[in-house]
Amino acid sequence: MSIAAVYPTTWRRPPLFGSLARQRIAIAAAVGYLVWSVSDLNVDYARILAGFPRAIDIFVKMFPPDFARWQLLTNGMIESVQMALAATLVGVVLSIPIALAAARNLAPRPLYLAARGLIVGGRTLHEIIIAIFFVKLFGFGPVAGLLTLAFASAIFLGKMLAEDIENVRVGPVEAVRATGAGFGQTVVYSIVPQVLSRAVGVIIYRLDANVRHSTVIGIVGAGGIGQTLSASFSRYDYDFAAAILLSIVALVALGEWFSDWVRRKLR
Amino acid sequence: MPAPDTAPDGASARTLLSIEGLTKVYPTGQRALEGVDFTVERAEIVAVIGSSGAGKSTLIRCINRLVEPTSGRIRLGDTDLSALSRRELRAARRRIGMIFQEFNLVERLTVMENLLSGRLGSVGFFASLARRFPPQDVSNAYALLERVGLAGYENTRADALSGGQRQRVGIARALMQNPDLLLVDEPTASLDPKTARQIMRLIRELATERHRPALVNIHDVALAQTFADRVIGLKAGRVAFDGPPAALTAETLTEIYGAEDWSQTIRAADDEA
Repeated sequence: MSIAAVYPTTWRRPPLFGSLARQRIAIAAAVGYLVWSVSDLNVDYARILAGFPRAIDIFVKMFPPDFARWQLLTNGMIESVQMALAATLVGVVLSIPIALAAARNLAPRPLYLAARGLIVGGRTLHEIIIAIFFVKLFGFGPVAGLLTLAFASAIFLGKMLAEDIENVRVGPVEAVRATGAGFGQTVVYSIVPQVLSRAVGVIIYRLDANVRHSTVIGIVGAGGIGQTLSASFSRYDYDFAAAILLSIVALVALGEWFSDWVRRKLR
Repeated sequence: MPAPDTAPDGASARTLLSIEGLTKVYPTGQRALEGVDFTVERAEIVAVIGSSGAGKSTLIRCINRLVEPTSGRIRLGDTDLSALSRRELRAARRRIGMIFQEFNLVERLTVMENLLSGRLGSVGFFASLARRFPPQDVSNAYALLERVGLAGYENTRADALSGGQRQRVGIARALMQNPDLLLVDEPTASLDPKTARQIMRLIRELATERHRPALVNIHDVALAQTFADRVIGLKAGRVAFDGPPAALTAETLTEIYGAEDWSQTIRAADDEA
């Protein structure tokens, strides 16, 4: 065949950085920086090695886990779960206006930018940092934890929901608008049906995440089982701490199983 | 059946729809419409033909202001549609039913909810949220379902229907508004040829029964010739032809679309007439 002689028989994907030489320089620079970073951190191998016997010591003290103070444990757990549930509920309610304002296809430009700014700003702060802040404002206890999780949930759900709203099919929205429907009716009849099942899935996911977060933010004093855990560690009650950790693992696993089950039902 | 406000024979002198100097320039600078003028004086089926990008979709979307016209006047009966406030525009949109190429049903809602969404302009927010529509609307919806051949489908979800069935729901939704004017945007472009003819026939019958004019964007010239009383040809945003289907010749089609062998298109329409 003469055709095979006319056309090239090899082909390579164009390099990502323009030319092969530049790509090699970029990779070399990245690897070099990584090596330098690790050496600059002054990793003390002796200290790491010394940590292992201490770890064994702690693990030994953890056994057997001590469930004797089960009332303290269950109170903490219940507080965490209540915090997570209430925070998810408040978060959902708050996230709806945020999502509508942050959807490019619904909101006027200034409102859109303001809502996106709120989302970006809110997401830069980790739950722990927000919790520290709210503990300063409202004192130790579950109120600070509830507010922390509600705030973080509203921002997270607002962002997820806004993106779903932006991906809605515009045809049905146009059709409902063309009947003379108002803004609220257009949302209820053409946008809600398109995003609802995904939104419920995301909300359940967030509930699951809130259960996990609620066990952690107590460490900075925001109530729940985390606060109990933190106290037991600082008193060297390792056997009680082990009981708490096992209970948290069980709770989180239960939450994950529940959220899986609900989302499977929704499909 | 609502009382027609024009005589069945269409002899009324009242102008149903008038469009004067309608121009639309998109923010991108694209000039979609350039001084379009025409009036509809009878309850007739007006087919709007023209190549893609000639401004057909823009034209009908300017009428219910899903697209804001740049200049020009659009009058529906005595209402100047181009000069309405948002609230008045909502009221005016109730009088204009629209049928879409992609049907634009809300897929996760039932057929009944899609039909009742045609009444949203006349029902309050909380009543519509609770799906509480006036009994008259509900019985009207059942009647329309039967009329478009979908009796018994009220609880089926829209995404479970075939293309032709979806378009029947789309037609019924538009008629739920009891509109003074039907705007129809490429109703058959997503359908097979047989279903396309059935849908065009249904639109024609319903518009005729109710003595309402319909403006139908369509790019199938043969279908336009078969089912329309009048054809408007758009070329680059201007009216290039306005007359009865029989007056469409190879020359006028060349004027609208550019040079092509039109003999097959015209003969096909003659055979079916």
